Amino acid sequence: MYGDGGERVAVVAAAMTAFGERDAWIRDLLAEAGDDCLSAAPLSPPAIDHLYVSNMASGEFEGQTGTMNALAHDLGVTPAYAARIDGTSASGGSGLHAAWQSVASGASDATLLVGGERMTHRSTAEATDVIASLTHPVEYKHGITLPAFAGLTARLYLDRFDAPREALARVAVKNHANGTDNPHAQFRREVDLETVMESPTVADPLRLYDFCPITDGSAALLLCPESRAREVADSYSVIAGVGGATDTHVVHERPAPTTMGAVRDSAATAYERADRSPDDVDVVELHDMFTILEVLQSEDLGFFEKGRGWAAVEAGRTDRDGELPVNTSGGLKSKGHPLGASGVAQVYEIHRQLTDTAGARQVDAEVGLACNVGGFGNCATTTIMEVPQ
Amino acid sequence: MSDAPEPGLVAGECPAGHLSYPPHRRCPDCGRPREGTVDLAEHTAEVVTWTTVHATPPGVRSPNRLAIVVFEVDGRTVRALGGTTDEVAIGDTVRPVYVEELRDPEAGVRHPDSQAWDGYRFEPVDTPG
Repeated sequence: MYGDGGERVAVVAAAMTAFGERDAWIRDLLAEAGDDCLSAAPLSPPAIDHLYVSNMASGEFEGQTGTMNALAHDLGVTPAYAARIDGTSASGGSGLHAAWQSVASGASDATLLVGGERMTHRSTAEATDVIASLTHPVEYKHGITLPAFAGLTARLYLDRFDAPREALARVAVKNHANGTDNPHAQFRREVDLETVMESPTVADPLRLYDFCPITDGSAALLLCPESRAREVADSYSVIAGVGGATDTHVVHERPAPTTMGAVRDSAATAYERADRSPDDVDVVELHDMFTILEVLQSEDLGFFEKGRGWAAVEAGRTDRDGELPVNTSGGLKSKGHPLGASGVAQVYEIHRQLTDTAGARQVDAEVGLACNVGGFGNCATTTIMEVPQ
Repeated sequence: MSDAPEPGLVAGECPAGHLSYPPHRRCPDCGRPREGTVDLAEHTAEVVTWTTVHATPPGVRSPNRLAIVVFEVDGRTVRALGGTTDEVAIGDTVRPVYVEELRDPEAGVRHPDSQAWDGYRFEPVDTPG
């Protein structure tokens, strides 16, 4: 046993599959990322104590439940303790929270986290409805969708803070540009402002290019105590702090509709645990399921003043060569958003940045942050990572 | 309260006087158990924000106009989400109008017997001046 509680937790291996339209179904997607992660692991043999599967809705999407047991068997890690973690679209972040706890508490000396979702076999309308099933009955009966919440919130934000519509489009332009350098991304092509602004209206004032695509994919991380990582790994990153929080389930009940309370509150916990502040952060992965969400999170995480996140995007401050690069991976917008995989893939990107293995996407970073959002801000996790000290 | 025998736009009220729509077992503001209810259907409301959705799920009208509105009841405010009967703008005054079936209960992923499908859409009210 390495940990007896209070251990600093390291990420010693990371893997992700190609994101996009895949032939593989959920079992094989999870096994692909999990297998690749174990193959990259410096632990030999990689005896896994805990296995967590981040997944929102494999039962609803394809009729396959029990994915954590399927994966434990397929990867040969039985009799590891295994559990599936559902935090809707924050399942990946919720899984990271559980995996971090398992090692930090001393309950596990090696935890494998695999997030994945298989979605593209459903029509857009069906997939949207599966996701909308996370809403309250008084919302669902009106035909609400997550994109509809984004439209409602974007209109209020633009009105209240006198922000130009084009500023939201610039989030999409930036993230598509970043995605061109990500070999795993669903879309590896740039889009220009006119294309975004002239794309079909989905949820007024938001248009097609304000939304992430529907995606198949999986990502995996291997966690162990830092004391063990120091012995076995050539390079690793450290999870300095993780926080998770909830906001109202019913979206219209929030007192400040342009503030993501779960983001703010999960970040407060993560900053405190990491003994870090927003000023310390060098690179960020945000949950840009909709362009407006990247702007809101950049404010609620403390990087920019409330109502000014849009101006930071317009000024290029969040570009890859800006002062605070946001979504160097391409974000959910261009990389794709296989629900349960996304939070894990965010941490994959931060790990790559902190271990200087991000290739063409590499920026100069010693501290990174990932924020994963469930529902329309119903829950969120914030993870702060750093290079070993 | 999806099992309410008569239609109503029913908000919950806690002992401290906080209102919430929909009602919850405990008050979202202060955690006290719900004590009473207030029917918002008799009140008018103001549009906080709106959207028109052109990509709607199975069994939902298209386009689907939706709004978040705020009611003021005895100096307290409570918000609700609903469709609108016509185009609206931020700040417009609306009133709830009852609709027997807001979407086709058989078409979506949720079990048709698991919840109510009737409710209220919001209709613009012509205000003087």
